[in-house]
This record gives sequence, structure tokens and C-alpha cells, in this order.
Amino acid sequence: MSAQLLEVVDVAKTFDGAHRPVKAIERVGFTVAEDEFVSVVGPSGCGKTTLLRCIAGLAPPTTGCTLLRGVPVTEPPPELAVVFQDYARSLFPWLTVRGNILLPLRRRRDIPGKERTAAEAIEAVGLAGFADHYPWQLSGGMQQRVAIARALAYRPRVLLMDEPFASVDAQTRADLEDLVLEVRRRFRMTVLLVTHDIDEAVYMSDRVVVLSRPPSVVKEELTVGLPADRHQITTKELREFARLRTAVYVAIKGQEAPSPQATAATAGG
Amino acid sequence: MNGRRLRHLWLEIGVTAGLLTAAWLYLAGDRGYAWTSVPTMLGAFRDAWLFDKFGEHVVPSLVRLGLGFTLAVAAGVALGVLVGSSRTIRLLSQPIISFLRSLPAVSLLPLSLVLFGIGTAQKVFIIAFVCCWPIVLNVADGIAELDATMLASARSYRVRGLDRLRWVLIPAIMPRIFAGMRISLSMAVLLLVTSEMVASANGIGFFVWQSQLTFSIPDMWAGIILLGLLGYGLNLGLQVVERRVCRWHTHLTGRDE
Repeated sequence: MSAQLLEVVDVAKTFDGAHRPVKAIERVGFTVAEDEFVSVVGPSGCGKTTLLRCIAGLAPPTTGCTLLRGVPVTEPPPELAVVFQDYARSLFPWLTVRGNILLPLRRRRDIPGKERTAAEAIEAVGLAGFADHYPWQLSGGMQQRVAIARALAYRPRVLLMDEPFASVDAQTRADLEDLVLEVRRRFRMTVLLVTHDIDEAVYMSDRVVVLSRPPSVVKEELTVGLPADRHQITTKELREFARLRTAVYVAIKGQEAPSPQATAATAGG
Repeated sequence: MNGRRLRHLWLEIGVTAGLLTAAWLYLAGDRGYAWTSVPTMLGAFRDAWLFDKFGEHVVPSLVRLGLGFTLAVAAGVALGVLVGSSRTIRLLSQPIISFLRSLPAVSLLPLSLVLFGIGTAQKVFIIAFVCCWPIVLNVADGIAELDATMLASARSYRVRGLDRLRWVLIPAIMPRIFAGMRISLSMAVLLLVTSEMVASANGIGFFVWQSQLTFSIPDMWAGIILLGLLGYGLNLGLQVVERRVCRWHTHLTGRDE
């Protein structure tokens, strides 16, 4: 077991509601080891995005903290990159693909050859030839590839992804899942993925953290015992995949596995 | 250019030409002291502006307008960013800004004359002072309404300080800056001409006023036509620049064809 890279320590978050405080996260703690791929899943509205914002240093938790290599995260650290769900708003439309990727590198003295780094990232996400395009000239899937390239060029220790494939169609989603698995291996990155998609979480991860309904707590942590090389068809045909998927589903819904008919009906979601 | 736009363009040119011809014919008869025939106007226009009095009157006017408007934009953006960045500043400054921008533009003419005399400084001051408020308000709104995801994205990649201002905030509010500039530009021309009529020794406004006083009605018309063309050209120029600079915005809001 390698060292813990990221430690989420008893993070809680309460918002000031209109009438009374709203507790979004009760108490969430888990760890992510070096080179690990961890997914956080939970029912919709369970504060996944809030949790990710707290981990990224974009919002302060009410109590608790995140430790990156043992150091508390109080603002976004340079070792951490975020891919947001809404690519149309996380990319800057007035900058080209290259410009979007270079902007975060401007003050990075530790990354020599920025143009080369950017070109390499663009190539890694399969967008060679689109460096001088503007984001709005690209499809949704391609825009999210730009966002991923921007994160890659930033050379983070940890890549945080907030429902990164929720806004693209199903086939693009599968392509992007595989792309992330590939670049993660190539760039040796640790990934923390927040998603509501059970299949996606099981397919991509080494470990799945299941959150409860709000106020959220960690309901269950499951280790994914699938072979390291994942494949959209063969991996998802494995018995272990089905078992894990059911286990996550049960943990989220808080009930026993439904009858086969009901399973078939919900499998698409 | 597609067929529909081409038809529109022809229609535009046709209607304009028709109206001009009508005016031409109407003014060919004797229409009284204030009027003069179109050929006489054009003759006066050529004599005055190509390029006999160009240096004497047009250049000073353009310099005043350019300086005043540039200052208005610079101050407007700076103040707007400041006001928009903080809810407290916005609330506290709101009454003052509302008052200042509600002042009828020319009501500050006497004050500006007392402060700066009748030279270029007075024109630059009054243009800059009056024209900055529409920009301040637009920019402040733009800053306050910046997209949260966009800001989070900039923050998570540690784009801060001047980089953030130069590469994120200013581009994001550029459409708002132009919205303010469109309002301000016509005000700037108005203030320039008024100032030059009231207190100046040169400039296009001075020329129009002086021509009227010395009964040279064709010259007066030459000045009026030049001012019209100037305003038209400046607006057109601003639109062209805006379309280039804010191409992404035009695209995202689907205003292009």
C-alpha cells in the first residue's frame, strides 16, 4: 500500500438557508492513495459537488479539512487540477484551445517549455490540429477534452473531476471515460471522480466511496477488484462488475437488490 | 452574404438615395433664409473640409473627443470593476452614482468652464466625466454577474491578480464595456459640439455656431453634415471593433447569422 496522498478528514458543510442553516454534509472522511482512482457516488443532491469544492480548496468546509501530503488545503494548491461538469463555462471562450491551456501555466516556473507542454496535452486528448480553434467552435465532447488537456498540462498530483461527463451524450461519455483512464496511466495521476453514475464509478475506479442522502456521510467504501485494463464491453460483462454495481446501487438506495424486472428497468439510468 | 441580407442592403441603399433625392429636389426651390441648395452645401463642404479648415477645426475636435472618450472608458472600467467587485461598495456608492449620472450632461458646462477655461482641458474633462457613468454601471453589473463556474475555474488554476484581471475579468465584461461605450459615444459628440459652441476658439461646433452668426448658411450646413458623418462613422467604427473583439460573445448568444 502506497502512502496516502489525499486525506479528507471529517469534512462537514452547513449553508445559511433562507430560514435556518441547511446541513449539506454531515461528516465525510476517506483517503486517496498515490496513483489510486477513487470515485465518490451518491444520490442526486447529496452534496457531491459541495464536497469536491471543499476538497479543491474552492470553498471552506464548516468543520474538518483536506490534507494533501499532510498539508491542509486552504486554497487551490498547484498540485491539484479540477475538471468541471460545465465545460462551456469553465473554459474561457475568448481564448483559443491553446490559450486556455497556457493561461494556468503562465506563473508556473516549474514547467519549462510551456508551448511544448500544451501541445503534448492537446495531442494526448486527441485534439491535435485544433489548438487554434475557440472552444465554441468545438462539440461538447471536444470541449471537455480541452478541459482535460488543460488539467493534464497543469501537471497535477491529483486530478479532481466533478461529474465531467454528465453533459455529453452516451457514446462521447464512453470515449471520454476511456480517454481519462488512458491519460491517467500515461501521466501517472491520482484521480478523484465525483459522479452520480454507478456504472461509470465502478468501471473507472480502484475504489468507490458511497455517500448517503444529505446530510451526507460515507455509507460504504468498496474496493473494485476488476483487472487494471478496463474495456467498455468485456469489463462490463464480468460477474465482478455486476456484483459491484449491485452493491453500490444497494448502498445508495439503502435497500436490498430489487427484482430482476426492476433491475432491467433501472439499468439504463 | 446571403440573399436576404443582400436584398436588405439594396433596400437600404435605395431608400437612402430616394430620400436624398427628395431633399435635393425640395431644396432646389427657394425655401427661405435657413436653407440652401444641396450643390451649394456640398460646395461649402468641399471648400471647408477638403482640406482648408480641416487642421484648424476638425483636428482639435477629434483630439478632444479622442482624449475625453479614452479617459471616460479608462475611468469607467476602473471604477466599474471596483464598484462591481464589492457588494458593500456597490450599496454605498449607488446614490452618488445615480445622482451623478442623472445630471443633464450640459448642466456641468458652466462648472467645467470655471474649472478649466475654454481650452481643450475643459472639453476633455466634461466628456470624460459625463461619459464614464454608463460604462461604470455596465461594467459594475458585468462584474457582479460573472459566472460562478468561470470564476471557480480561474481560481482552481490559480489565475490571480493582474493575470486574472487581464485574461479573465476584462475579456468577460468586454461586451458590457462596449454596451456602455455605445451609449457614451453619442453623449461625447453632443458634449463636444455644445462645449465648442459655448466656449471655444476653434473646433467643428465653433465653426457651425460662427457660420450662423456670420450669416454663412452654406458653411453652417457643411458643419452640420460633417458632424452627422462623424457621429455615423464613429458608431460604425465602434460596431466593427466590437464585432471583432467580442466575436465569442456574439457567437455564444447566437446573435450572428
